[in-house]
Amino acid sequence: MIVGRVLGPLVATHKHRKFEGSTLLLVQPLGDNDAPRGTALLAVDTVGAGVHEKVLLVLDGKAAGDAMQKKAAPVDAAIVGIIDHMDVA
Amino acid sequence: MQVGRVVGDVVATRKHDALTGVTLLLVQPLDPAHQPVGRVIVAADAAGAGVGEEVFFVRGREASFPFYPAEPPVDAAIVGIVDHWSAEGAHS
Repeated sequence: MIVGRVLGPLVATHKHRKFEGSTLLLVQPLGDNDAPRGTALLAVDTVGAGVHEKVLLVLDGKAAGDAMQKKAAPVDAAIVGIIDHMDVA
Repeated sequence: MQVGRVVGDVVATRKHDALTGVTLLLVQPLDPAHQPVGRVIVAADAAGAGVGEEVFFVRGREASFPFYPAEPPVDAAIVGIVDHWSAEGAHS
């Protein structure tokens, strides 16, 4: 899993039926010291995350589908947690 | 998933049997500011997208799911056409 920050929502009227009822959020992956790392991606939100929140992401089709509780969904990323804090020892 | 813009199509007469009938489109990935980022990829179209449209696509094994029960050998598929997005979180 990785950590990211929510940039904002994406709206798509015409999409695969497995996405119906799902919220799609653009997320910026974060690296050390919360610096942006790599390209922003699009994830299905399964926890009700909001803009600016730091979130926990799965980048795996099986895990993302499980998070959506849908079988055979064409999805590869899902938000599965909202991070309160992280402590790097 | 990632967002991108359809920039063309690919025609291949000789191809894997399971790719028959699958539309292949060229997609330029975009950043949150709608600017091109990274390399253009070829994606199977599961959304009826057209050139110039902004779309989102899925990568990996799940890319073949929209074509079930066919199992085309694809690793990227367009699964939605974007109306609009907000990236206000990028400006803070």
